[in-house]
Amino acid sequence: MNIPQHLKYSASHEWVLMEGDLAIIGITDYAQKELGDLVFINLPNVDDEMVVDEAFADVESVKAVSDIIAPVNGTIAQVNEELLDAPELINQDAYAAWIVKAKDVTGLDDLLTADQYLELISKEG
Amino acid sequence: MKLIFERSVAGRRTFQMPQSTFPKRELPKAVQRKERPRLPEMSEVAISRHYTKLAKQAFGVNSGFYPLGSCTMKYNPRINEVVAGLPGFARMHPLQPVDTARGCHEVLDRAREVLCEITGMDDMTFQPAAGAHGEYVGLLLMKKYHEKRGDTQRTRVLIPDSAHGTNPASAAMVGFTVTHLPSDDQGCVDLDALKANLDDTVAGLMLTNPNTVGIFDPNILEITRLVHESGGLNYYDGANLNAIMGWVRPGDMGFDIVHLNLHKTFSTPHGGGGPGAGPVGCKEFLSPFLPHSHMGARLAEVDTGDSVGQVRAFHGNFLVVARALTYALTLGREGVAQTSGMAVLNANYLMRKIEPYFPPYYNRICMHEFVLSLDKVKRSTGVGALDVAKCLLDYGMHPPTMYFPLIVPEALMVEPTETENRETLDEAAEAFAQIHQMIQDKPDSLHDCPTTTPIGRPDEVGAARNPIVRYSFPE
Amino acid sequence: MGSYLPSTRDEQQQMLEAIGLKELKDLFVDVPREVLLKDSVDIKPGLSEMGVRQEMEKIAAKNTVFQTVLRGAGAYDHHIPAIVSTVTAKEEFLTTYTPYQAEISQGVLQSIFEYQTMICELTGMDVSNASVYDGASAAAEAVMMTQTRSRERVYVASTAHPEVIETIRTYCWGREVPFELIPQKDGLLDLSALENLPGDTACVYVQQPNFYGLFEQAEQAANLAHQAGAKAVMGVYPISLGICASPGELGYDIAVGEGQPLGIPMSWGGPYLGFMAARKDMMRMLPGRIAGETKDKQGRRAYVLTLQAREQHIRREKASSNVCTNQALCAMTAAVYMAAMGPQGMAEVAQLCYEGAHYFADELGKLKGFGRVHTADFFNEFLTHCPMDVRQFEAEMARRGILCGLTVDDKLLWCVTEKMDKQAIDEVIAVIREVSGQ
Repeated sequence: MNIPQHLKYSASHEWVLMEGDLAIIGITDYAQKELGDLVFINLPNVDDEMVVDEAFADVESVKAVSDIIAPVNGTIAQVNEELLDAPELINQDAYAAWIVKAKDVTGLDDLLTADQYLELISKEG
Repeated sequence: MKLIFERSVAGRRTFQMPQSTFPKRELPKAVQRKERPRLPEMSEVAISRHYTKLAKQAFGVNSGFYPLGSCTMKYNPRINEVVAGLPGFARMHPLQPVDTARGCHEVLDRAREVLCEITGMDDMTFQPAAGAHGEYVGLLLMKKYHEKRGDTQRTRVLIPDSAHGTNPASAAMVGFTVTHLPSDDQGCVDLDALKANLDDTVAGLMLTNPNTVGIFDPNILEITRLVHESGGLNYYDGANLNAIMGWVRPGDMGFDIVHLNLHKTFSTPHGGGGPGAGPVGCKEFLSPFLPHSHMGARLAEVDTGDSVGQVRAFHGNFLVVARALTYALTLGREGVAQTSGMAVLNANYLMRKIEPYFPPYYNRICMHEFVLSLDKVKRSTGVGALDVAKCLLDYGMHPPTMYFPLIVPEALMVEPTETENRETLDEAAEAFAQIHQMIQDKPDSLHDCPTTTPIGRPDEVGAARNPIVRYSFPE
Repeated sequence: MGSYLPSTRDEQQQMLEAIGLKELKDLFVDVPREVLLKDSVDIKPGLSEMGVRQEMEKIAAKNTVFQTVLRGAGAYDHHIPAIVSTVTAKEEFLTTYTPYQAEISQGVLQSIFEYQTMICELTGMDVSNASVYDGASAAAEAVMMTQTRSRERVYVASTAHPEVIETIRTYCWGREVPFELIPQKDGLLDLSALENLPGDTACVYVQQPNFYGLFEQAEQAANLAHQAGAKAVMGVYPISLGICASPGELGYDIAVGEGQPLGIPMSWGGPYLGFMAARKDMMRMLPGRIAGETKDKQGRRAYVLTLQAREQHIRREKASSNVCTNQALCAMTAAVYMAAMGPQGMAEVAQLCYEGAHYFADELGKLKGFGRVHTADFFNEFLTHCPMDVRQFEAEMARRGILCGLTVDDKLLWCVTEKMDKQAIDEVIAVIREVSGQ
């Protein structure tokens, strides 16, 4: 089970890494496995508001669309445009393939630790 | 198979047009086309052979068993095609003077009469070109109805989570927000959830009965009554009408608006994905809102005052309606009930024959279709609905619908229709039996299916990641 | 009487017994007794095949099929090559469903891919879908494609076909999208109205040729739309594209139109064909089905329905359109037509329409009271005055087997297709002269 210790997690399978004031956000390895081969990602725009527990992006596989849920509140500062041409980067390395970077972030305290996230997905399986 | 462009040779052609007899006239330069379109340049014999080859790699109702749940792939009567080809229908201009098109108006009038009687409605429009288009119209009627009453806070539509994707998509197109109603463990509407969601912000309910898992919801009268009580309207998705026509009418079950899929229940051919027709019936109080061809109405001197507008040009897929009328007249009073009765009997018969190998998800009498779930099989052997479907291709039949409805995991939905004979059903059951055996003996082999078709499983991931949606001519 | 049930009564009984039931009614146990019909529906008994054929033929005989059709206005009497009808009548194409099972549907999928390519070539665009219902709904869907979070407002040419305008207006009402009409002058769009479009403009919709048959200053209209940051959408008459500048050449982002002229009979209005094509960057916004090329595991070239995650069965309420069933067989009809015509044939047809219509307009102009209303150049439709009551004129012409121009208020909107040669037009002129007492 690939769950890096240094990251924080949400119950909807996103990971968060703080880099100074920026929150770097992606989806977990567990999530990418469940979704299967990704074929497209719909990214938000820079300066969009991110509201915790609401969808801010979505990913498409051949037969399904899945929302990516905001793990924290914030404002989109950067989006990973590389993913537009190569969404499979998320399948290849979910923790290297960040999706957005957000600033003015709140709600970090509600995130899960790696151990708490492991417990959550063990129950789900 | 070569693409038609790969068969094209510069200079080859057919000779469709005579020489011009008119004074020469050149288009103004500003309007002239600069680049010729690279359409195929071929002789007629080459075109003919090309399409003959393509036809060999197509599977129609004419080819074999087609139990595609929710699609009602019944036989397409040949007489329908004869009627649709009559010059008296095919060569009619939609804006001809009304007194030269009395036959066309009669087709619509008689179709309206028969279909309103079958559905328990008072009026009907034939404008919508497909079921989804009909849903769209139905929701526009709902919107206009509430607007006219000054009831502008009704912005929600209730839709069961088992519904076909077009239902919520249509609702969204009309600016409604969708509230999903969970299904109970019998696949029917959870009455408590319905009650909890009914208030004065609900414009209406969209429902099909029997539902998408092939079960007739016994609470239907209570459901529609509750919605009416809270001030909402009831919309009937007629995709499953083949189960009940002649036995019960949506209009009697409390529905105010109905759409029909003529290409399902009324035998018009699917044509590879269309054209179909999705006429919308309604109770009298909604009649003033029905869409109209505005130019057609002007010709016929009909007032369209409160109409929602129109959703396409002209009257609708007229030739499809002509086919459906032909079929309805053929069936007649007894035929309608016999047809749906047999559709339901065939489904129950097949369901019980398959049961020893693949038990039905809901172990009870079904309507015209039933659902299997490969979920348990997938967990223990890795073989899922997709694998079984692909394997059925090797048995020369079209597989059932895969992965729909969403409330059943690893679903296969089977709808034999009434035009299949007993031997076909027995053979299909035998195919399922053999596949069941394969799953016991060598489950991994199913991942390689199909093996007898012109291509194997295509790489859909690659197709979506790097879409190539047109031929590129070599530079 | 007639039905398509193979099962005999005996077989029916056996099958009922096999599942432990006695009669068909037993299958309907869940239907509340108060709504279960006692005695089927109240319609006439069924007919035999011969009976229904006679019945429908009798109805068809109440229609008048005009041998000479000089009316267009969205439905056109073009020549249909015989090969078109024979190909589309093939049972495998007629009776098949949407090709979701690619392995047994390569013929159907390839034909869609070919159709998509031909539409791209004709319109000068990069991508096309597999069709939507008709030109009017295609126009409405195209306008919805251009909606973004900050741009909603739609500008529609008042010179477009009235039913297209009404359809777009209805779709805009449904989604509460602001709808504006672009005013006209002398039958053409008043482009000054596009000069300062507001910043929330999503698109400008222009029809070419317009409803009156006139050539709009289409390129200029597209430029004005782009200057305002909006998309340019063109509704185009496909036959004209045999010789006329394509929407792609004119700088448009989306091209739609009515494909009926491409081999589909007039059919009293349907089924028709809505084609939709766009620039590459708008591909994922196209509604409806799209066929794409790929390979199977053995490296064989294969076709599949692709980009399905745009569609309703996956996105549900988040789909941008609810389109499911399209006009597949009509799209194939158009593809066979375009193949039978080829680029040369398409150019010939367009040239004949253009020359024939101008010859007719010139000859009509020589008669008293049938002068052209507008001065701008036209493709194959044009508006004239009428020296007598238009309804009476229409009735008199109809009596003589001619469907004259569409009555538009007190004027006539004429159309000439390649079916008319000089002699046929001269004969019509003679009739008009007689009917109008000249």
